[in-house]
Amino acid sequence: MNRYPFWKYAIIAVALIVGILYTVPNFFPEVPAVQVSSAKVKVDTAVLAQVEEALKGASVPYRGTALDPTGIKVRLPDPDTQIKARDVLQAKLGENYIVALNLLSSSPHWLASLGALPMYLGLDLRGGVHFLLQVDMKAALDKKQDSYAADVRSLLRKERIQYSGTSREGGNVVMRFRDDAERTKARVAIEKNYPDLAFRDTDAGPGELRLVASLKPEALKKVQENAVAQNIQILRNRVNELGVAEPIIQQQGAERVVVQLPGVQDTARAKDILGRTASLEIRLVNEDPGALEGALAGSVPIGNDVFTERNGQKLLVRRQVSLTGDRISDAQPGFDQRTNEPAVHINLDGPGANIFKEVTRENVGKRMAIVLVEKGKAEVITAPVIREEIGGGRVQISGRMTTREANDVALLMRAGALAAPMEIVEERTVGPSLGAENIDKGFRSVTYGFIVLALFICMYYLLMGVISTVALAVNLLLLVAILSMLQATLTLPGIAAIALTLGMAIDANVLINERIREELRWGATPHAALQAGYERAWGTILDSNITTLIAGLALLIFGSGPIRGFAVVHCLGILTSMFSAVFVSRGIVAMIYGHRKKLDRISIGQVWKPSGGTPPPAATKA
Amino acid sequence: MEFFRIHRDIPFMRHALTFNVISLVTFLLAVIFLATRGLNFGVDFRGGTVIEVAYAHPVDFNRVRAALDKLNLGEFSAQAFGRSDTALIRLPLKDESSAALSDRVMNALKADDPSVTQQRVEFVGPQVGKELYENGALALLLVSFGIVGYLALRFEWRFAVAAIIANLHDVIIILGFFAMFQWEFSLAVLAAILAVLGYSVNESVVIADRIRENFRKMRKASVTHVIDNAITSTISRTIITHGCTLLMVLSILFFGGETLHYFALALTIGICFGIYSSVLVMAPLVMWMGVSREDLVKPERKVAADKILP
Repeated sequence: MNRYPFWKYAIIAVALIVGILYTVPNFFPEVPAVQVSSAKVKVDTAVLAQVEEALKGASVPYRGTALDPTGIKVRLPDPDTQIKARDVLQAKLGENYIVALNLLSSSPHWLASLGALPMYLGLDLRGGVHFLLQVDMKAALDKKQDSYAADVRSLLRKERIQYSGTSREGGNVVMRFRDDAERTKARVAIEKNYPDLAFRDTDAGPGELRLVASLKPEALKKVQENAVAQNIQILRNRVNELGVAEPIIQQQGAERVVVQLPGVQDTARAKDILGRTASLEIRLVNEDPGALEGALAGSVPIGNDVFTERNGQKLLVRRQVSLTGDRISDAQPGFDQRTNEPAVHINLDGPGANIFKEVTRENVGKRMAIVLVEKGKAEVITAPVIREEIGGGRVQISGRMTTREANDVALLMRAGALAAPMEIVEERTVGPSLGAENIDKGFRSVTYGFIVLALFICMYYLLMGVISTVALAVNLLLLVAILSMLQATLTLPGIAAIALTLGMAIDANVLINERIREELRWGATPHAALQAGYERAWGTILDSNITTLIAGLALLIFGSGPIRGFAVVHCLGILTSMFSAVFVSRGIVAMIYGHRKKLDRISIGQVWKPSGGTPPPAATKA
Repeated sequence: MEFFRIHRDIPFMRHALTFNVISLVTFLLAVIFLATRGLNFGVDFRGGTVIEVAYAHPVDFNRVRAALDKLNLGEFSAQAFGRSDTALIRLPLKDESSAALSDRVMNALKADDPSVTQQRVEFVGPQVGKELYENGALALLLVSFGIVGYLALRFEWRFAVAAIIANLHDVIIILGFFAMFQWEFSLAVLAAILAVLGYSVNESVVIADRIRENFRKMRKASVTHVIDNAITSTISRTIITHGCTLLMVLSILFFGGETLHYFALALTIGICFGIYSSVLVMAPLVMWMGVSREDLVKPERKVAADKILP
């Protein structure tokens, strides 16, 4: 009776071992580190060697380096060396690399290789900035519709179609004609050139025939998706500049972007950088013989700037701006139809197309530079050679590009050109000292609560209470292990949920222990009482946990931010508590009492028996 | 040690009316406070900006207010937050972006006293606030329906209805407390309320379970007697469990700091009233709705149950 089969012990043992393995990394302190990554260049062993050499050269002591998919991590003995190392590396590696301060767990390597990492701390625990940005879709659509209105007008002119006027009304481009034949001609021409537009004929009396063009729903959706994607790309570029170790930039819903910058101390700078706008300029490259050499030697000709191309080459660029980025209505990666090389296709709006036609006619054979200017810092995205006069506003840049580069260039051109305005709709900033304080407070609530609870339960139920406490400790262990395993984000409400879950989980053991006492009270033998206690309590435990789980799941679905952290812990805690309170505690009971053939009493505290009173309802066997 | 030495079943149901009148009065009071004072919604729901700042010395609020007055911020407030060297500044929604606003505030405070450091900024825009509010209401609705559905499936519709009435009555009472004392109602408090809702339904489940079991065993006893016995025999577990949970919650209340204060407070109230309502509100409701042995103990089930019993 009350024996436990071997396989059940095996399950418990495996759960415990896995639990301990994944919990342990949380107890290793974090050490200062510097992380090297790059959005532009591949970080490989060559860079690693460069990093090590630079540190040795500057005699900065370090504890080890590691190369992983996110970049190079260098462990350092203390925060002062950390800052020194960052400065050394940034100076050595240059602007193509992001050198960020970070904290790394000092847990042994073999644990990390098992995937056993410390819990991922939320911003309220480690400090940092959380922004929720809303993309202004109306502005994005407005811009697109404006450019269509201009495009349509210039197309009508180019095709020599007679029209009496065009205007933008709401989201529509309205064209007026006197003649139905002209209207049909216009419609065919526009349909051919702009497949994203849908048409409707309306007539406002004789002599005024109207053609209303509006964006097709799928095109509308694409505009919105592009606007968000572009803005995310801009944010990525900017965050890279901030040198944050593990930034999170994600789309949330249809038109929102979440930006989380853990560990950022200078929040004002973060806000400043995220909030600024970039612009794109097309300028001509100065290719006068000797001019670049002269400029590099120190004498930059007046009206020229020296810029660095993305591949590191220096360029001398004329200061006069031929075309600004807001004339670019779209840029998409693709392939050159003749050579099948990767290419970037650019669409210019009406006025842009005219300017561009002029510029290219006068400068065939020369290079033009596409320059991204952000906060006074300019970078040449690409500098193609003008092969011929380009009219019609459709430009293709090709040659010496990989598909990925074409993608990047297209994104950057759009990013510079069509950044729909963004507004911060939610901000949560937590200073690092407050984060540390929060961890401390959370840890204390769990510890003190657990100690008092354990003392009480042990006093009240004696050995059975000790068993319950062990089960509760196992619950805590498994919960922390699962949180670490899933790398779920732990927040302060999440820590509160750990405490609360422990407080609720004891319910299962109280139910069992009370049931055992009751069985004993009505005269059951100790073995029978243990058996009945566990078996009868199980149904109740299941029911009550499921209702709690329903509440947890609802929070998980509708909660956001720190509340979701609460919900995750709460739900996981319910699952681990069922396992530990029933399975584990019964295993221990079986280990202690199971092998005894004759069991006189169970150490569960005093079982008080009423003298007289109502006869026990459960005394007789059914 | 055994706290509960109950000689015979306590006739809870005889006093059912009294209990229900008590809870009705509490409930009505809560509703009145909610109606007259309303909830003091935090920045999460209402929108606005909260800035927590720390000084190297105890805060001189007059100086802080004077420094902020110059900024033309509208109706702001500056209060102590947990410790004497920490201040919490609440700002209403403005057209200005949050980033610019908090920078302006920090600059003004720095100019007044350089020892000030920014601990935390929370800004929630009006749109997000409204969404959080709607999502909160939806979550509450989902939990309620989920629980009713589950209990109706597992027990019987009367239990489901009684349990949800009893527990929503808890929720209203917690809200009543928040309205009465004008405590700040934040997202964390909402989470606490939903957690309590799930938790105190436990209580109803335990009692419902015992009522069902008693219907099987005590074949001749009256419904009242069955319910009395069910409550009496689970009362010790009820109080010990809630006591244990309360220990943990009090630990959060005392050690968890200011951020978790109202969260823990909502849990504390919820747990205390949870005991009362599950035992003394739900059971009478079930009784009055006319639950009977046949509703719970299906003939074929009984045979199966008898076989399982040793």
